[in-house]
Amino acid sequence: MTYFEFLNEHGITLLLGTVTTVKVLVCSMILYVIISMIFGLMRLSKNPVIQGTATVYIEFFRGTSLLVQLFWAYYVLPFFGISLEAFTAGVVALGLNFGAYGAEIVRAGILAVPKGQWEAAHSLNFTPAKRIKRIIIPQIFPIILPPAANLTVELLKATALVALVTVVDLTFEAKQINSITWLSAQCFGTALLIYYIMARFALVPFLRWLEVLAARKVGKEKA
Amino acid sequence: MEMGWRWDFTYEILPQMAIATLNTILAAGVGYAIALIVGLFFLLAQRTPSKIFNWVNREIVEFIRSTPLLIQLFFVYFVLPQFGITLSAWVCGMITIGLHFGTYMSEVYRGALEGVSKTQWEACRALNFSTIYTYRRIVLPQAFPIAIPGMGNYLVGIFKDTPLLSTIGVAELFHAATAVGGYNYRYLEPYTLVGIIFLTLSIPAAMWVRKLERDVNISQGKIKK
Repeated sequence: MTYFEFLNEHGITLLLGTVTTVKVLVCSMILYVIISMIFGLMRLSKNPVIQGTATVYIEFFRGTSLLVQLFWAYYVLPFFGISLEAFTAGVVALGLNFGAYGAEIVRAGILAVPKGQWEAAHSLNFTPAKRIKRIIIPQIFPIILPPAANLTVELLKATALVALVTVVDLTFEAKQINSITWLSAQCFGTALLIYYIMARFALVPFLRWLEVLAARKVGKEKA
Repeated sequence: MEMGWRWDFTYEILPQMAIATLNTILAAGVGYAIALIVGLFFLLAQRTPSKIFNWVNREIVEFIRSTPLLIQLFFVYFVLPQFGITLSAWVCGMITIGLHFGTYMSEVYRGALEGVSKTQWEACRALNFSTIYTYRRIVLPQAFPIAIPGMGNYLVGIFKDTPLLSTIGVAELFHAATAVGGYNYRYLEPYTLVGIIFLTLSIPAAMWVRKLERDVNISQGKIKK
């Protein structure tokens, strides 16, 4: 069987799997960004309870393996009466895991905002909420976006794991086709190529565009 | 089926899990050692004068870095036998982890070397030191502390990615948990135990890396005690 015949027969299946992968990626991306923001801010709180909660959360999710968390969400939560669909379990596990890494990036970003900005906002009598929302948050984006971009590429790679909790994504389809046809080089090779194309020619340019946009917003032009 | 945590079951599976933990540590250690060496090769390939060779090397690194480790594992495990190379799951896993993280290690090395100021090179040139002497006595001692956080993080990273090896049948911790869980049809205790074991190993490891980073910085005079 030539490679062209292989694509003709199984290309559609792989593309459908790719659509699911993109769905998982988008959902978990939204979730992880929200979680990172919340826990990144909590991590800097002066209240020991809030700060402690954030620290425990971050250490827990960074300290255990993503695959373990994924299986826990899918196979163990039903023991506690919480049955999640595979897709939901996958997105939640990915979001929580990457949120923990993202929170550290957000924390570092906030700390990197010059102290004078805080003091200026303070002397202009901004409320703490307004200070964070209008002065600090807009300025952290140019700082946090480069590391966040790396993390997001890692997230795309990590979405492959949801196949192991029966989400029918690109990896799942590739495995499935492999077990039917045993054309391993073709199906896993194609899957690798699709992931590569998604990362290199879609996700990374999009994130670079965001970086340029964020830099322009705070008046720091980026070539 | 009985709900809730069962201690008797926990004790029953504990010895099995402990042995599997040793396999996980072994896999992480071997994978890390391979990654350290593979990273050096990628680094050397980057520093050759040939433009085409550099470009090919960069594209390979980029490709390995932006595709999932899981599929790379499947690729190595299922495709090599098609070319007549049959390797055990262990060997396949170690090769793949070594290659995958080797690309990351090469970036760590590169960043560390570039972190050493250009004037250091110029000074060595002026003092007529040989290249090898310059590397050994001047550049590497300064590059090493820069590389430590990255190297340490990937050690922890490899450790946390070893559960993926279970998908090709390497008998490590996660594989044991799945097997035990499937046999008894109870996943609560095995998977929770795996999580606890990972936490108890990776948090001290991460703390140790942070301490090492600090110690090296102190010994280099970068920060005060």
